[in-house]
Amino acid sequence: MDILLMLLWIVILVVVIMLHVAYATYFERKIIGHMQVRLGPMRVGWHGLLQPIADGVKSFFKEDIIPENADRSTFLAAPIICLTAMMTALAVLPFAKGWVLADIDIGLLFIFAMSSLASYGVVLAGWSSNSKYSFLGGMRSMAQVISYEISMGLSLVGVMLLAGSLNLSAIVEAQGDRFLGMYLLPQCIGFFVFFISMLAETNRVPFDLPEAETELVSGYSTEYSGMRYAIFFMAEYIGMMVMASIGTVCFLGGWNGPFPVPFFPPLWFVLKVYLFMFVFIWIRATLPRYRYDQLMGLGWKLLIPLALANIVLTACLKAILA
Amino acid sequence: MESMAIADRLRAEFPDEILHSYLNQGQAAVVVRSGRIVDILRWLRTTETIHMDHLRSLCGVDNARRRGPGLARFEVVYNLYSIALRHEIRVRAEVEDKEPAIDSVVELWASANWMERETYDLFGIRFNNHPDLRRVLLPEDWVGHPLRKDYPLKGKVEWSGMTELLEKTKNLDRFGFKPDGQATPKEDDQ
Amino acid sequence: MTRPIIKTETKNLEIPVADGEGDRYSLRMGPQHPATHGVLRVDLELDGETIVACTPQVGYLHRGFEKLAENKTYTQTLILTDRLDYIAAMANNVGYCVAVERLLGISVPPRAQYIRTMVAEMSRLCSHLLWLATHALDIGAMTVFLYCFREREVLLDLFEELCGARLTFSYPRIGGVRQDVTTRFIDELQRFLDIFPGRIDEYETLIDTNRIWLKRTVGVGKVTGEEALALGLTGACLRGSGVDYDLRKHQPYDAYGLVDFEVPLGSDGDIYARYRCRMEEMHQSARIIQQCIDQLPPGPIIGPDAPDLVMPNKAPARLEAGTNAYGTGLIKLIRDRDPYLAGDVYVATEVPKGELGFYFIADGNNRPYRMHIRSPSFIHIGALAALAKGELIADLIANIGSLDVVLGESDR
Repeated sequence: MDILLMLLWIVILVVVIMLHVAYATYFERKIIGHMQVRLGPMRVGWHGLLQPIADGVKSFFKEDIIPENADRSTFLAAPIICLTAMMTALAVLPFAKGWVLADIDIGLLFIFAMSSLASYGVVLAGWSSNSKYSFLGGMRSMAQVISYEISMGLSLVGVMLLAGSLNLSAIVEAQGDRFLGMYLLPQCIGFFVFFISMLAETNRVPFDLPEAETELVSGYSTEYSGMRYAIFFMAEYIGMMVMASIGTVCFLGGWNGPFPVPFFPPLWFVLKVYLFMFVFIWIRATLPRYRYDQLMGLGWKLLIPLALANIVLTACLKAILA
Repeated sequence: MESMAIADRLRAEFPDEILHSYLNQGQAAVVVRSGRIVDILRWLRTTETIHMDHLRSLCGVDNARRRGPGLARFEVVYNLYSIALRHEIRVRAEVEDKEPAIDSVVELWASANWMERETYDLFGIRFNNHPDLRRVLLPEDWVGHPLRKDYPLKGKVEWSGMTELLEKTKNLDRFGFKPDGQATPKEDDQ
Repeated sequence: MTRPIIKTETKNLEIPVADGEGDRYSLRMGPQHPATHGVLRVDLELDGETIVACTPQVGYLHRGFEKLAENKTYTQTLILTDRLDYIAAMANNVGYCVAVERLLGISVPPRAQYIRTMVAEMSRLCSHLLWLATHALDIGAMTVFLYCFREREVLLDLFEELCGARLTFSYPRIGGVRQDVTTRFIDELQRFLDIFPGRIDEYETLIDTNRIWLKRTVGVGKVTGEEALALGLTGACLRGSGVDYDLRKHQPYDAYGLVDFEVPLGSDGDIYARYRCRMEEMHQSARIIQQCIDQLPPGPIIGPDAPDLVMPNKAPARLEAGTNAYGTGLIKLIRDRDPYLAGDVYVATEVPKGELGFYFIADGNNRPYRMHIRSPSFIHIGALAALAKGELIADLIANIGSLDVVLGESDR
């Protein structure tokens, strides 16, 4: 019975997240459209509201082309690795008090593990496509993930120190429901490092080098088509949501808000995640792209030292105040 | 400096090389032999009061249907300009018909590299000492040099790449494709 | 029912395995690539992402204009010049007309000169806006792209109002222009000029002092003034290196000698300097257009000795149904115009991309004996190898954008 209930929860979660992913693309296109003095999708449904559905249906029915010289099994597996890893990460996210699929004590570590696993999908996609653009995209992605995973992990150590736990629910509880309790203020350096690493980790502008259209055509996904291509995009958007959720949980006080919402407790959580998503999109509409070596320089020379300094500072302050 | 004055100084410097000079619509031109063209152009480029630092254009001409005193079959025309001193001159080097060739001026202006390749491509004039003399606008396996006057406007033969392509599209016909979107009535698939 | 399987004939790409010296591989960028601005192909030899050797290949758009021109009358060739730099077709038309007028000794009335200056500068704005749009997009700033297209759209609408075409105009004619400007055109243009400088500021707030933009452009693709001259760079690419060479000042044509403008100069010769030069040029172009509007003299728009199909001055009775152009004697005018001068002439004009030169040899016929087009894009692409060597792939893209090449012009 427990297993059936669990399966039901999983199905609900997956469906809800998939809908969110679909409408995140709509959200992005609309917002960027309006920022760029145009309207975005307008044709399918009222103000283009059915556009994501149409896109989904289209990519389902498109021909799935596998290049003749691709490493077939790896080529087929790569997008699935991406999507599975990202979906698994969703399991430990606390959407509200008690609204969590797996309330494990190493939640934060688990998410890191999964998001690094997802980059395997990207690297394998780049490798197995047997195309040089894909290959370069995969290489870039690998280098980028390795560099920014470190700074991201380090940036959250301060939060762990303050909360004294890796359990995401516990981190939220530790922040309490007061505005000043949010770790955003004491951990502002950590948040800065986390935010930039988050952009890099999800391959978003200005760090979208693995799929830099004007340089590498479409990077690791150049040779993909139809549903497999769409799966990469789903994984990317789920990745964005997971990262936004970590940001919300670790720095913005999770599901806590100015007042509790009676029937739908995750409301504040969802709003905060949307705020993050909006900033993602806003940045995409504003900034140019970094160059490969500059990206590495930023990661290793600025973010990692800053994150280390933040850990020392937090630890000292905590020791003194305690 | 007046354009004709430059031509006169050039004549004084290289008396044997200059065939004649003239003025047309205010532009002076010098017709020279092609033998010492690099020396002539180097002199024009480096002499203090002339200082032709900008090679505006370099192109070939086929004189097959043009009459004139001292015209050889081909010529290579250099349009020079001095940005610092704001004067210009045109140098026309006569190149003979049999295996037309002239010395390259890439050492004077790097930009001559592609212009000479273009002239080689379209006229078949060879440039001695050119670092990379290949066709530039036309495919490597093109037959003939189109800007010669004896090359017909429609060309002589179909380019081999095009025939290969047509051959390929014929193969595609088996699958019901036709070039230029003329769909063939497809037989029922078995 | 079986579906046929079409197999492509691709070879294995031999993706390299790092083994010391032999760690290089080649990459063919283009001719189908989002950032090569048309059908430019660049053969790269890479060490990681560093460019060891770079060989641009052009010719995919070669249409043999020089050969065609030998077989067409001077007027017919005008239409080919639209297809050179199709982003700034008006500037090419003007350049061609100026050259033919010089060759054949044809005079242009002042009103036509002012109109041509005006449309050539509008064309420069179009071209620079498209350059900024694609250059920014290449570097990753996508919003600038759409902002620029907003203004370009207004300009294209204006061109449509002027001559009915948005891309290939053929509006200037040998000896003048085809039609006079309307008051509505002037009013709309004035309205555009009033808002345009503010719009340039808008683009600048987005990228001008953006740290990432600066990181991507400052010190990248550097050429000194001397190198730039040797490489044959012209236009903003040369001026970005501090060489003061603008044909509008050096050899003024049309009304450029009568209007007041400055030639912006850079000093560093990098991508940022070229970017600043072109941004400044847009301000100056707006100034020139404003002066043209203010000073536009009355008078005829086509010279008396123009060998051209102009709007007929004859009474409409002569052009009733049934008569064709031959009947009106207009074609005859072109065919049998007497005398056509002989001789050769090289006339260059400052188009948005650089120095566009036409070298004509006339032998007294109604068609040129030889027409050579010195296209700036062709020579700029030739210089690409020197600029990009030793830099990264991302810089190559930035360099292509910064040289502002159009393949239609390069390949002719």
